[in-house]
Amino acid sequence: MADNPNPNIEEAAETPPKKKGFKRRAFLIGGVAVVGAGLFGISLADSNAAKKAVTLTTGKGEHNFATWLKIGEDDSVTIYSPHTDIGQGSNTGLAQMLAEELDAAWDKVKLVSAPAESAYANTGLGRGFLGEMTGQPGIINGIPQSFLSFIARSMNLQITGGSSALRYTGQVTFQMVGAATRLALIEVAAKRLSVPASELTTAESRVTHAKSGKSLRYGELAAEAATLSLDNEPALKDSKNYRLMRQSIQRLDIPSKVDGTAQYGMDFSVPNMRVATIMAAPVRGGKLTSVDTTPATAVKGVEKVIKLDNAVAVVAKGYWAALSGLRSLSPQFSDGGNAGFSTASIFKAYDDRIAKGEPDGEAGEGDVDAAIGAKPVEAKYEVPYLHHAMMEPFALTAHHKDGKLNIWGGMQDPLASKMKAAEVSGLDADAVTFHPMLIGGSFGRRLPMYMEIVEQVTQLAMQLPYPVKLIWSREEEVAQGAYRPQSAARLRGAIGKDGKIAAYLNDYAQTESAESETTFIYDLPVVARRNYDYPSNQITGAWRSVNSTQQGFYNESFIDELAHEAKVDPVEFRRRHLKPGSRHLAVLNEVATKSGWGSPLPAGVGRGVAIVESFKTIVAHVIEASVNADGTPKVHKVTTVVDAGSIVNPDAAMAQIEGGTIMGLSSAIGEAITLDKGVVQQSNFGDYPILKMADAPLVQDIHFLNSGANMGGIGEPGVPPAAPALANALFAATGKRIRSLPILMQAKA
Amino acid sequence: MAVTLKVNGKPVSVTAEPDTPLLWVLREELALTGTKFGCGVAACGACSVHVDGEITRSCSIAIADVAGKSVTTIEGLKSADGTLHKVQQAWIAAQVPQCGYCQSGQIMAAVALIQETGSPSDAQIDEAMTNICRCGTYPRIRKAIHAATGKAAAAVQGDA
Repeated sequence: MADNPNPNIEEAAETPPKKKGFKRRAFLIGGVAVVGAGLFGISLADSNAAKKAVTLTTGKGEHNFATWLKIGEDDSVTIYSPHTDIGQGSNTGLAQMLAEELDAAWDKVKLVSAPAESAYANTGLGRGFLGEMTGQPGIINGIPQSFLSFIARSMNLQITGGSSALRYTGQVTFQMVGAATRLALIEVAAKRLSVPASELTTAESRVTHAKSGKSLRYGELAAEAATLSLDNEPALKDSKNYRLMRQSIQRLDIPSKVDGTAQYGMDFSVPNMRVATIMAAPVRGGKLTSVDTTPATAVKGVEKVIKLDNAVAVVAKGYWAALSGLRSLSPQFSDGGNAGFSTASIFKAYDDRIAKGEPDGEAGEGDVDAAIGAKPVEAKYEVPYLHHAMMEPFALTAHHKDGKLNIWGGMQDPLASKMKAAEVSGLDADAVTFHPMLIGGSFGRRLPMYMEIVEQVTQLAMQLPYPVKLIWSREEEVAQGAYRPQSAARLRGAIGKDGKIAAYLNDYAQTESAESETTFIYDLPVVARRNYDYPSNQITGAWRSVNSTQQGFYNESFIDELAHEAKVDPVEFRRRHLKPGSRHLAVLNEVATKSGWGSPLPAGVGRGVAIVESFKTIVAHVIEASVNADGTPKVHKVTTVVDAGSIVNPDAAMAQIEGGTIMGLSSAIGEAITLDKGVVQQSNFGDYPILKMADAPLVQDIHFLNSGANMGGIGEPGVPPAAPALANALFAATGKRIRSLPILMQAKA
Repeated sequence: MAVTLKVNGKPVSVTAEPDTPLLWVLREELALTGTKFGCGVAACGACSVHVDGEITRSCSIAIADVAGKSVTTIEGLKSADGTLHKVQQAWIAAQVPQCGYCQSGQIMAAVALIQETGSPSDAQIDEAMTNICRCGTYPRIRKAIHAATGKAAAAVQGDA
């Protein structure tokens, strides 16, 4: 029977988290009540938040502008970013955007993480959210509903996700702050030089009066300019006058990442610190029932074994002792009633729900049941849970002393992490400080919806007299992930007498609806998506490009199947179903041209195409691939065309598409998290294989179409079309359709 | 036990349990945190260092086994005057790192490969560069290795 083996799960998901010792704040943006706040939220001179921001960041000879910017009398320009640069280059991009409008000298600009304080909650994202409330929904297009829901719940906004940094924080806040500050500096200069502001120009952190040849440094204008109220709607530069934006400026964070000096959460150290490692219940949802601590305490260097509700932690002088201690233990855990979950049982439940035909949600247009007809083309697809596998395992350091709690490390939302620690510790939020550090990869894993590590390290710190760094082993990281959902879909389509798709139906089952990250690009008379929800005991979450990976795989594989059925070339078939004059059609045509679509290939090599829009960016890949003698796929070349509207830093954007494509190929070829008796069966890179150099495509030919449309995301959209383009290429090469991922697991079966 | 070895050219003496991996001695005893912990089972290469010139995954070699040997870490690559190694310079020119966490290990592997082969071919790169990069920086790693050995420097310069 495919019924949920643990009926409590659905109920548990609805229970609001417990709140202790932390008073829910009113809906504040930038620390200022929304009503009446100016563009920067913070422009009200008497606001406590503005005062706090200044106190937190501004020393002698330094002057704060609209919270996010500080200009020193020595001409230094410091930008406070509310985003976590996980390597996607967004902080360099944000600095380019602000410095461009400010006309700052680039070599004087530095960007640092904003303090994890409400004064630095992200007004740009908040304003995006506000757009919805005020009936201007355009502003939030492309931010997934799951993020908005989270935002609405907590409002501790410092999140990095939804490919949002440059689109929202950059365009909505940072360019405006730069432009408004520039106007304030000009106003002061006009007064001092006794000339009209209209005769003044700015460049390289100076205001210049060409007629008299006089000029003033920003540093000497800053003190007085900071006392002016800033223009809420300054005019922005014409893009043809850009000097920093649209340039491939070298990333600010790279030098420290090649000489070993970059400090990640894992690298933090403080005198007297101990190191802990942890093991949670192997069956998620289970509890620690018993553990004999004696073997661990016999390990040299081990100081303490701490029992948590669902985990056991060993605290030692160093990681090796902690790990050796943990491995010496035989803790007993309950299974929380979840031992019935397995990969097969979940797929069976999905099939049953889809067969039963009572969807939890529907989207689309037209009477699909009537239009689909009696004999539609039908295909079933399955994809597994995917693990983020960031290279830096979780590591946070916490210290509770004199009623204060300090935490150091990297999370995708430092402010929400602070609030979570306050909630768990029972301390007032003002007594908790989160110190954001560099992050060694994340891809969605460090989002605040699943912050067990914050809870764990807080619980440890609250009962230890010294600072403690909690490190997850790789094994813990793999087995206790917040996975991309395991998912299955039944696709059905009817082809009309004109050879075009008459009706298209996508019935899919997974944890919950994927609708907020699904953009169906084809212009069809009748189309429907229906979701069938089935939670397991696993946490499922945002995995780079969120639900777009599996939905992209389903739709772009099935369109290929329909093209085959209609006996039409896959590019031509897609063309016939895209709106004339659309950006999608332009991207498709360009990728066909750049890839030499239709030109001859060596024997055994096939070409496949896929085009997916996610986070308002359209990406098409054409992949050339073959099958090695041992049955494994070989990707020879990927040709990619991207329309992200406009690009702030072309080389950094290129890097995101390169890496996103490789991550998409990696997951398609080899990655799967599987369950047996409720336990994750993978434990390390040996059984969760990440694509390596030798299997990465030798050629990635990437082109950007700058259509001028609203800026789309860049960190995520390269991922979704990779799997279907590869599967379609292998079909072209072998005639065998891939409907289940990963390809290697299917090859073995 | 007390172990004496050379790290980045300097003799050091450390006290550690003999089975402690070199990685944790470097990171926790010597504060050389450029060498990273990624998997603990020699699968990812984030912890790669040179031991007597050989590329070695430091998470899986015990401190007792490196007694008397010479270890070079990412911190020891630059010359005495602070100039970065040509491979590190190539890494900046090609803007290789994204999250950057694996890059110390990647650079150490690339330096060892170049020391061994002089100017590696694509096939030699594929064979030797088995470190994992989750951000997918492989094309730029390849480009930087070629650039550091004088091959295809133009490709790196001209990329935009």
